[in-house]
Amino acid sequence: MCLAFPGRVLSIDGDFAKVDFGEGTAREGINVSLVEAKPGQYVLVHAGYAIQVMDEKEAQKTLSYWREILAYEQESKSSGR
Amino acid sequence: MTAVSILDGYRDGDLAKKLQSRISRLGGEIDRKLLIMHVCGSHEWTITHHGVRTLLPENVEVRAGPGCPVCVTPASDIDAAVDLALGGKTVLTYGDMSRAKGSKQSLAEAKTLGGDVRLVYSVHDAVNIAKSQPEKKFIFFAVGFETTAPATAYEMLQGPPPNLHFLTSYRYVPSAVEAVSRSPDLRVDAFINAGHASTITGMKAYKPCFDECRKPMVFSGFEPLDVLMSVAMILEQVRDNEPEMENEYTRSVTWDGNVKAQETMWKVFDLREGYWRGVATIPNSALDLRTEFSHLDAREHYELTAKPEGEGFVKDARCADVIIGKIDPPECPLYMKECTPPSPLGPTMVSSEGTCKIWADHRIISSMRCRV
Repeated sequence: MCLAFPGRVLSIDGDFAKVDFGEGTAREGINVSLVEAKPGQYVLVHAGYAIQVMDEKEAQKTLSYWREILAYEQESKSSGR
Repeated sequence: MTAVSILDGYRDGDLAKKLQSRISRLGGEIDRKLLIMHVCGSHEWTITHHGVRTLLPENVEVRAGPGCPVCVTPASDIDAAVDLALGGKTVLTYGDMSRAKGSKQSLAEAKTLGGDVRLVYSVHDAVNIAKSQPEKKFIFFAVGFETTAPATAYEMLQGPPPNLHFLTSYRYVPSAVEAVSRSPDLRVDAFINAGHASTITGMKAYKPCFDECRKPMVFSGFEPLDVLMSVAMILEQVRDNEPEMENEYTRSVTWDGNVKAQETMWKVFDLREGYWRGVATIPNSALDLRTEFSHLDAREHYELTAKPEGEGFVKDARCADVIIGKIDPPECPLYMKECTPPSPLGPTMVSSEGTCKIWADHRIISSMRCRV
């Protein structure tokens, strides 16, 4: 019920947007009135309504952060045991 | 760049292996059993589908709590929707909700008895259907958590057609987490909080609960690596004895949440005491319509007076214990015997977010509880 998918906003007309969910799937009529979205941004879509503008930079930052600590993790494991 | 690129890297097998190694080392540094509870059916799906439990150390268990909206919808509300459908009205609802039985039958069964029940993907579909047939009476059976409620609130503020009324059964997750954290039966050590419900409310909605229970709380996304990272974050907090509210799902969850969606939701809904099927009556846990919107309320319009009484589960079924997270599905005597996905006896075997349905779809037939 709380399933939501990220997609990129292609265009906006009033309260509604066309959103590209990737792999050739684009949907029109996604309601964007609950967010402040602009074309080109990622939105998180739940049951036909965008519920958040997603932060692309944060997504990459989280991964880089983990890659950094986990690089050390592997080292500590191989040298420690 | 394709639209799914924001998720690239969140299914990286190499990173997953390193995370598992870290989780395993952290588990070894904690000399006790740890019960982590999540409260979202979508998390249960990710965890089960990707075999996350098999990657965890023996002393760490992740268990599903009350995170399936269809499962916690009171039997009395389903009964009311069934009665409306059999009484000549058209009931619009989501697919999962139509298959959950109340105390007698489900909406899908009411349809086979001649009731007009139609499935919709969103509240907007319900509005459009009602507009297209102004001569008919429609009821939208609106269930879900705060993830879903703002969209319904938006449609109510737009002014839906006069032939559409709303039977709402929305529930508010922070109050359920608070109730679970206080439960002496469950002894939950930490929480993986629901990423999409918290996208709306923000982490701040959980601050009072955290201040009271002081248990690690990580707000998590839904990719397999999101969940592994969240578990690693929790284990670090436990090892260092420094519980905090930590955000793993930074691409969507913020401290303040989606303020615009909150404003829309609170214009229409107000928090009141709510019954969670199989769980309990929980204070401030039902998103009920404010009196200004009572003209849209199916309960008022059709004078529905049934109070949520009794769970309405079949005899010997342990749906209630599965919903609250006391047991794993295989501990129920009916699981995969009398109760299966093609012929479900309880809501947890119906909904795609129900723990029994998810485990059954993945052919899990024995408990995955902590062995130490």
